[in-house]
Amino acid sequence: MSEFDDAGEMPEPEERAVVSAGDYLNKITGERVERECRERLKSGCRELVLDFAKTEIVNSIGVSILLGVIDSAQGTGTKVVFSGVNGQTAELFDMLGVTRHVEVA
Amino acid sequence: MIADKNKLIHAFGALAELGQEITVRASFPETMRTSLHLISGSLGIMRGGIAKYSRYAHEMNLVAARGLGDEFPLAMSLCEEDERQFLTNGIYPIDVDQARVLPYFQVYSNSFDRRNLKLFVPLIVRDEMVGALFLGEKATGDAYTSYDKDVICAMGRHIGVAISQRNLLEEVQRRADENRKLFDELHLTYTDTVKAFAAAIDCKDKYTEGHSVRVGKYTEIIATELGWTPDETEGAAVAGYLHDVGKLTVDRRIINAPYRINAKESAELNKHPGVGYEILLPIRHPFTDVPLAAKYHHERLDGRGYPDGLYDKDIPYIAKIVNLADSFDAMTTDRPYRHRRPADEVIDDLKRNSGKQFAPELVSALLKAMFSELTGEASEKRFRRLLGREYMEAENLVPMLKTALNGTAPKPVTVLSADQLTVN
Repeated sequence: MSEFDDAGEMPEPEERAVVSAGDYLNKITGERVERECRERLKSGCRELVLDFAKTEIVNSIGVSILLGVIDSAQGTGTKVVFSGVNGQTAELFDMLGVTRHVEVA
Repeated sequence: MIADKNKLIHAFGALAELGQEITVRASFPETMRTSLHLISGSLGIMRGGIAKYSRYAHEMNLVAARGLGDEFPLAMSLCEEDERQFLTNGIYPIDVDQARVLPYFQVYSNSFDRRNLKLFVPLIVRDEMVGALFLGEKATGDAYTSYDKDVICAMGRHIGVAISQRNLLEEVQRRADENRKLFDELHLTYTDTVKAFAAAIDCKDKYTEGHSVRVGKYTEIIATELGWTPDETEGAAVAGYLHDVGKLTVDRRIINAPYRINAKESAELNKHPGVGYEILLPIRHPFTDVPLAAKYHHERLDGRGYPDGLYDKDIPYIAKIVNLADSFDAMTTDRPYRHRRPADEVIDDLKRNSGKQFAPELVSALLKAMFSELTGEASEKRFRRLLGREYMEAENLVPMLKTALNGTAPKPVTVLSADQLTVN
């Protein structure tokens, strides 16, 4: 079994929450990711890890949703970490300035 | 160079998706939310919003927002100068910092500054302002380039069209609602006029007071029993209400004669179907052949009726219904020269004349409606209201009706629907 379960989360200390971005971060997946991230932020986590290990493609809506999550996290002073980002997605995030606001692990 | 190419591909993908979203999506709020995501995601914009502009209220209402916070105004007013400037500017991003001179930016500067909004894009479609985009800073921290602004313009045009389509749809819906209300009012006026006419016709004959109204109601009952649609049934009722309109021109002494009228008087009275037809013909009735019902409601299946002595299939169906309703009322109400006939006699008369004067399936429909009311199958007490409780509680009425219905059932039944009648 992988480190993360199907729901994209694993038991973590309260300070750190992990959310999986799924295989294709588009509107449908993005809304789920956004919902989960907001729940974690609301519950007061200090570090939000978005796991891209399974993510092959991120489209414009996905980027917009991630920026929304980052904006919210900045509002609560929560650190956002992107993990497992593939080359193509990393290039996209760099080009659009997303990586300026997060730590890439 | 490669970075530029990738940017272009990414923006192009978003633009294509936006075009699809706008043409396919049915829900306007959802379309706006997705449009905002696409524009933000294509250029990496931290936050923003889309507003729909009402040129009547001079007000912009937020229809989609990302990261603008609860304090951002949901509705913003524009003065004429703002609107004029935005229309002159066209669909091109305005740098908020450089537009502080406009009243709009002075009024809402706090809201813009609080959320670090950098660009305001008026959405103009066919020289009309339909909305606006509010865009925050780019995630890169860089200023917007002319390339970015061109992408925003291209996407803004799509969003403007979507808002314009929405406005048109709302306008069409508003007008459709208005038309519906007008139609309902006209319909009410029409039915009130018909009922007023029926009352006027009945006033002429003191012995048959309420006759036209009752015939209208019996006609309605028969049409309902035949399974006609509400519109068709209402049309049939109107035909019943107005069937005797020609009597308005007949001498009152003939109509009110307390004896059986002579041949000359009878000839005078018998003109009323033709006169009624002439009166009703120029009126554009929304329903079935109302004038034909008036003209032929004294025709009989066996050709012994008047004015034209038509046979069965030549008689308009609506006239056959009115004929039955008219005869049924004549039999069940007092006349100057006789009392109303008891139920058993009426049923017997209807049975005997079924196929001669009356269409058998119509007799069945009338008796079935009566039977259903007496057995409780039909909850509405229509016959009781028209004939009176005492009449409907006549001894053995239910078995009589049952027998009559059994007797009429084996006959070939050809139920014609109102489709077979001309609808104006």
